[in-house]
Amino acid sequence: MTNILIQAVLLGGYYALIACGLAFMFQVMRVINLAHGSLAVVSAYAVWSLSDSFDMSPFIALLAVVPVMGVAGWLLQRLVLERAVRGGELLPVLSTFGLAIVLDNLLFQQFGADTRSLSPFVGDLSWEAFELPGGIYVGKLPVYILIAVIVIIGGLDLLLKRTALGRQIRATATDPDTAGLVGVDARRAAGIAAALATMTVAVSGAALGLRGTFDAYAGAPQLLFAFEATIIGGARSLWGVLAGAIVLAVAQSVGAQIHPQGFLLGGHVAFLIVLFIRLALKGKAPLRLAKIARLTRKGAAQ
Amino acid sequence: MTIHRWTWQSKLAFALATGVILILALVPTFATDSVIERLTVLFIYVILAAMWNALAGYGGLVSIGNQLFFGLGAYMTIRLADAGINPFAAMLLGAGIIAGLSWVLSLFMLHLRAGEFAIGMWVLASIAHLCVNLDPLIQGETGTSLISLNAYAIADRRMMIFWAALIGMVGLLALLFAVLRTPSGLAMQAIRDNEEAADSIGVNPMRTKRLFFVLAGFGTAVAGALWLAQVSAFQPKTYFSVQWTAYMIFMVLVGGLGRFEGAILGALIFFAAETWFADTGVWYLIGLGAAALLFSLLLPKGLWGWIATRTGVSLMPLGYRVQMETPSK
Repeated sequence: MTNILIQAVLLGGYYALIACGLAFMFQVMRVINLAHGSLAVVSAYAVWSLSDSFDMSPFIALLAVVPVMGVAGWLLQRLVLERAVRGGELLPVLSTFGLAIVLDNLLFQQFGADTRSLSPFVGDLSWEAFELPGGIYVGKLPVYILIAVIVIIGGLDLLLKRTALGRQIRATATDPDTAGLVGVDARRAAGIAAALATMTVAVSGAALGLRGTFDAYAGAPQLLFAFEATIIGGARSLWGVLAGAIVLAVAQSVGAQIHPQGFLLGGHVAFLIVLFIRLALKGKAPLRLAKIARLTRKGAAQ
Repeated sequence: MTIHRWTWQSKLAFALATGVILILALVPTFATDSVIERLTVLFIYVILAAMWNALAGYGGLVSIGNQLFFGLGAYMTIRLADAGINPFAAMLLGAGIIAGLSWVLSLFMLHLRAGEFAIGMWVLASIAHLCVNLDPLIQGETGTSLISLNAYAIADRRMMIFWAALIGMVGLLALLFAVLRTPSGLAMQAIRDNEEAADSIGVNPMRTKRLFFVLAGFGTAVAGALWLAQVSAFQPKTYFSVQWTAYMIFMVLVGGLGRFEGAILGALIFFAAETWFADTGVWYLIGLGAAALLFSLLLPKGLWGWIATRTGVSLMPLGYRVQMETPSK
């Protein structure tokens, strides 16, 4: 049981990595990027291509892919999101979904139906493990991924809260027009935020390839995992997203224990339960949990 | 000053539409088998587009998970037919059950906003897919087929499915048309134009959104059941594929989001594109995605929106028009 929990927490580290870019975009630009998962798969293929052609370590290849994806994110903001957001909150959903279809099928056209993995390029790392007391083995790679996500979330958090750029990004997120009045270049801030988010996507793409296999259509499930982790975590802070990702992974592992096909279902059910409770607490769901909670509090006070 | 709904164009369009429907009803008496089958497919596309448009165009609810209703419509038909109900009755009854389910889902899904609702629906579709896979009757991804349709001779079956699809399409379009002309339908179009403003003049967005959500659930389930009747095989993976929603988005964005005529126009364009380009495989899908991306950025009201604002033509009398009488000298 402890073993399953530890493995689930490590899996949650990967989900947090894929989710933090999505949540960051959602927080600062109020946009859910439906091409998020596809961009991660694009990065995975980019790292794979570099490693394969130049016999390069995927970690060095990733150093080259991260800035390229940053530029891609900046372009995405300038060419697609900026324009779509002006047309209301529905258009970004539609345009990024269109983009996801284009990316997925271009990848399929280029790389075909074979699955790829980055693990052949990292030698022993793909199976090496740390031994914990109690005879529990944890893979080194999942531990590194968890450390990476903690560093990335900590970095983004510090950037948002402590730096001038972070203040500009937050100001743009709250009200771009007023931010513009006080001298913030809102377009620049939004562009940089999108670039940062896409750079985390590049890292998560590499993690996807290192952990296992991927193919051209692997983007959609990654988007769903990222979205579920974000919503379970509450989308308010990136640390919440990490917690949400771990809850998602634990729920999936519990699901897999209950039924051989219960892995995905477990995660989905956890997502629905959290969603339902949150709406009920706001008094928006049929059960009106908030009312019940108030009544019980009143009862306890008397 | 006079206020009226009908224009000479809409009267003409109505007469033409009636004529087209009558001719379509007679198609099986003279057309070849492949024409009958392709037209059945077209009718299903029109239903899919009109229902997604009802949800997104009028309800302001962009869903990436309408394959939920499509797949469940087919699944319920299989289940009910397996219980010994006539397959055509099972299609309608199954869609009715899905309408009930969508009412339950609406209780919490409609509180989500924009992107959250969009992917939330996708998650629901994924859940439904996984649950259907667990049903022993379906045998996981292997799937099954609607065996009870084999009781009909193949030529009769083709005609019956054609007429069922035609009735389904005309009936659902008429239902949507009727709903849009009721006070709550007008409210829906008001919400589409501006939710806060509609709210402030006493329109209850939740009730009207729910109405459209249930309508879309019912209609899309009918389309799923018809598709099942047409191809007879049920494999969960193909029915619960997000590709269906991609098709719906393409049709509605290109035709005209929030325009009754737009969804029909979009379905015709999609049908033509599929007929000509489906052989190109992946490039065809890339083209669909690119068209959705470009239309959402450059022409968000679609072709019909562009035509209608340019020319002022309205073929379906849904709104009211105010005409100022020129003062006589």
